[in-house]
Amino acid sequence: MNPVVDVKDLETTFFLKSGPFRAVNRISYSINQAETLGIVGESGCGKSVTSFSLMRLIDRPGKVTHGQALLNGKDLFKLSEPEIESVRGGQMAMIFQEPMTALNPVLTIGFQMNEQIEKHLKLTKKDAKDRAIEMLQLVGIPSAAERYDNYSHQLSGGMRQRAMIAMALSCNPQFLIADEPTTALDVTIQAQILELFQNLQEKLKMSVQFITHDLGVISEVSDKVLVMYAGQMCETGPTQEVLTSPRHPYTAALIESRPQMGHRIDRLKTIEGSVPAPHELPVGCPFSNRCSRVKSECWTIKPAFVNITPTRKIACFNPL
Amino acid sequence: MTTFILRRLLQTLVVIVILSYVCFGLMTLMPGDPVEMMISANPKISTEDIVRLREFYGLDQPVYKRYLTWVSDITSGDLGYSRTYRIPVTEMMGPSLRATFILSVTSLVFSLLVAIPLGIACALKPNSKLDYTINLFNFAGISLPSFWLGIVLIIIFAVKLGWLPAGGYQTTGMSYPSWWNEVLDKGKYLILPVVSLSIQSIGRFSRFVRSSMLESLRNDFIRTARAKGMSARVVIWRHAFRNALIPLVTIIAISFSSIFSGALITETLFAYPGVGRLIYSSIMGNDFNVAMISFVISVSMVLIMNLVADILYGVVDPRISYK
Repeated sequence: MNPVVDVKDLETTFFLKSGPFRAVNRISYSINQAETLGIVGESGCGKSVTSFSLMRLIDRPGKVTHGQALLNGKDLFKLSEPEIESVRGGQMAMIFQEPMTALNPVLTIGFQMNEQIEKHLKLTKKDAKDRAIEMLQLVGIPSAAERYDNYSHQLSGGMRQRAMIAMALSCNPQFLIADEPTTALDVTIQAQILELFQNLQEKLKMSVQFITHDLGVISEVSDKVLVMYAGQMCETGPTQEVLTSPRHPYTAALIESRPQMGHRIDRLKTIEGSVPAPHELPVGCPFSNRCSRVKSECWTIKPAFVNITPTRKIACFNPL
Repeated sequence: MTTFILRRLLQTLVVIVILSYVCFGLMTLMPGDPVEMMISANPKISTEDIVRLREFYGLDQPVYKRYLTWVSDITSGDLGYSRTYRIPVTEMMGPSLRATFILSVTSLVFSLLVAIPLGIACALKPNSKLDYTINLFNFAGISLPSFWLGIVLIIIFAVKLGWLPAGGYQTTGMSYPSWWNEVLDKGKYLILPVVSLSIQSIGRFSRFVRSSMLESLRNDFIRTARAKGMSARVVIWRHAFRNALIPLVTIIAISFSSIFSGALITETLFAYPGVGRLIYSSIMGNDFNVAMISFVISVSMVLIMNLVADILYGVVDPRISYK
C-alpha cells in the first residue's frame, strides 16, 4: 500500500541578507493511512518549517529549494496556487500551537468554520452551518449551537483549541498536521485534547504529522518518530523503540533531560549550549559541538542517514 | 450600550457648554462691539445714545450674564440676526452647513477610496519600490499646505487649462431641468476643493492603512485563514483588513472633524459658501451671532465624531462591549 504522505529530500532555504539559511536540510519521511508520525526536536530545529513547507505556507525570503512532497501521489510543490488552495483545508489541514491567536478575533467561530466548509465541501450556507455545529459537537464542545455564534474571546483556551480541531477536521482531511497543538494548554486540558485527538484519528483514519518537543506527548500519540536537529534528521523508528533504546546521542540526551516519575535527582541533565545559528553550524555532524560521544570524524564528515534495523535509521558515527 | 451613549452624550454636552463659554468670553475680548460699529458709522452720535444703546443690547452686563441670556435664547431656537447680512442666523446656517457637509463627506469618501488600496498595496509588499514610491507621494501630500495646493490647482486647472471653475458653488443663473443636471453642475465646482482638501488626508490615511495592515497581516490567524485554503483576496479583505479597520475607525472619525474644520481655508480659497467661509467672514465682519453658532457647530462636530468613533469601535471589534 502506498503511503498517504511521502516526503523526499525536502529542503527549505531562507535567503537572508546574511546569506542563505537552510532551515530544513534534505528531510524524507512517509506516513501511512491512520498512522501518526511524531517530529521532535528543540526549538529552532526546523519542525515547524517542515510543516509549513508541506502546506506551502513558506513566505519570502523562504523557499522550498529541493525535494517533493507527495500527498496521495500528487506532488504538492508542483500544484498551482488555486490548486494548492483547494487542497489546503480540504485534503490537508493544520492545527496550530496558539489557539489564542490562531482564530480571527473579529469573526465568529461559526463564520470561520463556514467559509472553509463552503469552499471545500461545496455546501450551501445552511448545510455548512449544520456541518459546523456537528463538528463542534464531535470535538466535545458543550451547547455547540450557541458556541457557533461566539467569538474566540468568549471561549476558554481548551475550547478554542477544540474549535481549531473542529475547523481543521471539518472537511474530512486525509492528512493532518498538528504543530504543537497542546503546548499552550495547561496539563489537564492537554490530556483531554490528546485523548480527543486519538479518538478522532481512529474514527476518521487520518494520517497525522504531530510536531512537539514534548517526548511524553509523542509516546502517547505517535506510531513512529522522527528526531530532528538543526534542520536535519538524526533518528527515526517506531516510537516505543526509539524512546526506550535511543541510538543517536541527541535522542538519548533529549530523553535524559526530562524528569522521570519515581526518580528523585538533584539536577536534571541538560544538553550544553543551544541549537547553533546557521553560520555557526559545524562542518561535519551538526550535533558534534554539543555531543558527549563525539569522535574525530564527526567534526569533518557528515554522517549519512542509514538503516540500522529494517525499521530504524540514524545519522551517527558513534551510536549508543 | 444605550446607557453608554447617553452618558457620553451628557459628557459631550458639558464640554460644549464649557467651550462655548470660553468662545463667548474670547469674542467679548475682540476689539469692537456692535455699538462701536454704530459709532464709527455715525460719528455724530451722542453719549447718552451710546449709553442707552449699550443698555438696550445688554452690553453693560457682565459676560456670564450675557452668556446665560444667549444660551436661553439659542435653546429656545432664537439664534439671533446676522449683522452683516440682516437675516436670521438660522436661515443662513442651513445652506452653509449643507454645503460644508457635502464638501467634507465627498472629500472623506474620496480620500478613503484612494488611500485604502494604496495603503494595502504598500502593506502587501513592504519596502518594495512600489511602497517607497507611494510613501514619497504620501509624505508630499502630508507636507503640502492645502492653501498652497489650492492655489496651484486653481492656476493649473482653472486659469491655464480652463477645465474647471476657480471657485463658487454652482453656475450663476443656472436652472436645473433635472436633479442630474444639478449634480453635474455642482459636482464640477466640487472637484478642486475636494482634491485640495483630500490630498493631505490621503497621505495620512494610507500611512495608517499601511501600518495597521502590516500589523494585521503578521497575526497568526492570517496563517490559519491561509491554511484553510482561503484565497489571497479573502485573506486580505475579510481577515486582514477587517482587523486593520479597528484602529482605522478612530482615525477616520476624528479626521472627519478635522476635515470639516480644515474646510475653513479651502472654502475661503474657493469662495465656497460653507461654514468655514462663514466663520471667516463673520469674524472679519464682527458678526457676533453667526460666529458663535459656527463655533458651537464646529466644536460639536469634533465631539460628536469622537463619540461616533467610540460607538463604531464596539461595532467593528466584538471584544469591546459597552456596559
